[in-house]
Amino acid sequence: MLYVVIIFLGLSVLLYVILGGADFGAGIVEMFTSSSKRDQLRSTTYKTIGPIWEANHMWLIITIVILFVGFPPIYTLLSVHLHIPLALMLIGIIGRGTAFVFRHYDAYQDEMQKVYNLIFVYSSFVTPFFLGLLFGATVGGQIDPEAVGFYEAYIHPWFNFFSVSVGIFTIAICGFLASVFLVGEAKRPADKQGMVRKAKGFILFTVLSGGLVFGASVVDEVPLVGLLLRESITIGILVLASIAMGLLWINLGKSNKAFPRLLGGFVVVSILSAFGYHYFPDIVITKSGDNLSVFNSAATGKPITTLAWALLIGSVFILPSLYYLLYSFQKDKSFSKE
Amino acid sequence: MDDLFAARSQMALSLGFHIIFACIGMVMPFFMATSHYKYLKSGNPLYKDLTKAWSKGVAIFFVTGAVSGTMLSFELGLLWPEFMLHAGPIFGMPFSLEGTAFFIEAIALGFFLYGWGRFKPWFHWFTGVVVGISGLASGILVVAANGWMNSPSGFDFVDGKYLNIDPVQALFNDAWFTQSLHMTLAAFTATGFAVAGIHAYMMMKGKHVDFHRKAFTIAIVFGAVAAVLQPISGDISAKDIAVRQPAKLAAMEAHFETEKGAPLILGGIPDEETKEVNYAIKIPGALSFLAHGDFEAEVKGLDQFPEEHHPPVLVTHFAFQIMVGLGMMLVGLSLLYFFSNWKKKQWQSERWFLWLFVAATPLGFLALEAGWTVTEVGRQPWIIYEIMLTKDAVTPIPGIKYSFFIFTAIYISLAAIVAFLLYRQIKAVPDILEGEKEPLIDSKS
Ligand code: HDD
Ligand code: HEM
Ligand code: HEM
Repeated sequence: MLYVVIIFLGLSVLLYVILGGADFGAGIVEMFTSSSKRDQLRSTTYKTIGPIWEANHMWLIITIVILFVGFPPIYTLLSVHLHIPLALMLIGIIGRGTAFVFRHYDAYQDEMQKVYNLIFVYSSFVTPFFLGLLFGATVGGQIDPEAVGFYEAYIHPWFNFFSVSVGIFTIAICGFLASVFLVGEAKRPADKQGMVRKAKGFILFTVLSGGLVFGASVVDEVPLVGLLLRESITIGILVLASIAMGLLWINLGKSNKAFPRLLGGFVVVSILSAFGYHYFPDIVITKSGDNLSVFNSAATGKPITTLAWALLIGSVFILPSLYYLLYSFQKDKSFSKE
Repeated sequence: MDDLFAARSQMALSLGFHIIFACIGMVMPFFMATSHYKYLKSGNPLYKDLTKAWSKGVAIFFVTGAVSGTMLSFELGLLWPEFMLHAGPIFGMPFSLEGTAFFIEAIALGFFLYGWGRFKPWFHWFTGVVVGISGLASGILVVAANGWMNSPSGFDFVDGKYLNIDPVQALFNDAWFTQSLHMTLAAFTATGFAVAGIHAYMMMKGKHVDFHRKAFTIAIVFGAVAAVLQPISGDISAKDIAVRQPAKLAAMEAHFETEKGAPLILGGIPDEETKEVNYAIKIPGALSFLAHGDFEAEVKGLDQFPEEHHPPVLVTHFAFQIMVGLGMMLVGLSLLYFFSNWKKKQWQSERWFLWLFVAATPLGFLALEAGWTVTEVGRQPWIIYEIMLTKDAVTPIPGIKYSFFIFTAIYISLAAIVAFLLYRQIKAVPDILEGEKEPLIDSKS
């Protein structure tokens, strides 16, 4: 049963990064859109993510619940040592979710819109940055449960070059996902071209910041590059991801909507799974090397079995209705096109 | 401000904030479904406008509930890591089931809000009902988790270790039923009176009286029925804690010394130094009767517990008095409403009558916050009753007060924005009804 829980944990992280990431990305793309085009972008964003954004952020909550029920030492260690970036990410989540809904549901569309938009755009930026930074800090090997000083215990684990670079990389991924998705939504050829340009920009940004992560791992002596390149499976996955990225570059803006989206999704899934495979079963890499893994920190016995059952039964309810939700609105959009 | 106090304040603030939005998120779907049902049955477009006007407001409350809830799931670890390390696997079951309930709720809400004109009417109606039922289910589950903190079960506590964990037994702890019942009723009471109060105010202003009367009626019927049942359920809770958590009962009642035929203390100022209650009205034997159903029964006082395990008496006692006092006022108003419906329909258009309900707008929520204060402060100094002390659970990171200040500022701004948005929603209602403005949810798409 532990494996069921582990699979759900991996799946929720993955889905949060993809669905939630595209969602944050929409705000990032908005930031790089000239003000004259923003209104239109906003209404497209709203139409595509409006119905599902609530469901998107549920993946984060599921992740958290799996962690505290199934792997409490991981949840508590991260909560203690990464308290500050977690709190900052929370502020981003609050700003982002509320601004998105407020700007649409305000009964009057007036000056207040500017305030909502500002909050929306900035928090779309801040949240994935801290999310990535948290990932980086979790595997960066700087968490030291024995540390005594404030700086060593609560700042240094995340305030380092490597974690920051993963944060920047995450922003890039989100912008990448959203722009690739939005290319397919653009209706007029001029808009489409603009979006393709943006998507290409984000591809470059992703590649460059990916390089930055590797650079930072060398500088901060995080054993990442060496190990990644020693395992043939991770090499294979990363090669596939690069090929997909190349194909995507060529196919962007072609009439087929689905293919580039699939490629985009594939790129992100493979990057994440390469990392996941590389670190498995460890989750938190600590300074002393006493890493917390999904095996050594799992709760035992009934808590895991009931958690696994709750997740399995839950997905029987959730997955079909989620699918139906996405399907209904996708279908509906296509015939309401003028 | 020391770190423990800051952490407790932050937790209390976050929960006190979340609960308001959670209640509205739980109860409003039922109001909307009722109005929607009436529309589908009668075809009266006012009910359709009402459903839509409400659902716009609900979307705002819903997102605020969702983000503040997301915060809470992090805060449990950010503030109480030692507690979560041990409690997580034991009381996690409700949270993992709640995940499903939230998910269904979020999906159904997507269908409901964006589904006007897209689905068959009764399917659309049904999605609204699903929002309500799953919201209610999540409320009940999370209160069951809180019940576990009051009445821990489902594990053996041996030498500081938590063994033989059984999450199902932990979910069905001794407190889950009384607390969930009382909480569910409270959610309906509080939301019902709040919504009715707002519409009563609009009726007094004399515009679109028909529309607002329909809204008022739906809200007040739910609210009044729940309010009348509330003291009954509260009495069950009180009898229950007399057995489970006598220290909490003693603090609620400011009952310092164990005695037979204990009096019920109304009002008064408890003095924790001298262990006396000044300026109070005492009803002989009434406490014994309320707690044990017998005027002569012995009621445990705080003297049965070591000093360091006493809950704060002043806060708990006041909060309890406030809850019960407000509860009784709401019962009175509910009876007045039922009476007027039965005999004096014309009252319902008179100013004094509407004024009473306008004045009662915040009372349900005040009672609800007071009630939670009773439960949570009355559990102190324990975070897990008689197992773990709150002070042993708090996070080691220093400077929690800054976090408390920042989140206080955030909550205040959020509350201000929500109030502002609600004000504008209400202001826009005439425009909607007069057709000057397209009120549709998807007006922009
Ligand atoms: C509209 C709100 C409201 C109203 C009118 C009342 N209550 Fe209440 N009360 C709550 C809202 C609430 C609450 C906020 O929902 C609590 C906190 C925890 C819980 O389960 O319910 C609560 C807790 C609570 C507890 C503590 C339960 C525990 O710790 O397990 C008792 C003994 C009562 N109530 C008793 C009463 C009585 C005798 C009332 C008579 C009128 C009353 N309540 C009215
Ligand atoms: C929404 C309704 C609730 C309100 C208004 C509320 C209120 C409070 C208050 C006032 C405190 C501070 C008590 C003190 O330190 O003196 C507190 C503490 C706490 N509550 Fe609640 N509570 C609610 C529900 C819950 C639920 C459902 C849970 C968990 C499942 C919970 C978990 C905690 C924890 C962990 C603490 C901190 C430790 C402590 O002070 O005992 N609360 N809450
Ligand atoms: C008595 C206390 C509580 C009640 C009755 C309650 C009830 C609810 C309800 C009905 C919702 C959904 C409605 C809405 O989104 O507006 C909600 C949202 C949420 N609550 Fe609470 N809650 C309580 C306390 C807590 C606590 C202690 C936690 C966390 C540990 C929590 C976590 C959440 C989360 C994560 C959400 C967001 C779910 C979503 O995205 O829809 N709640 N709560």
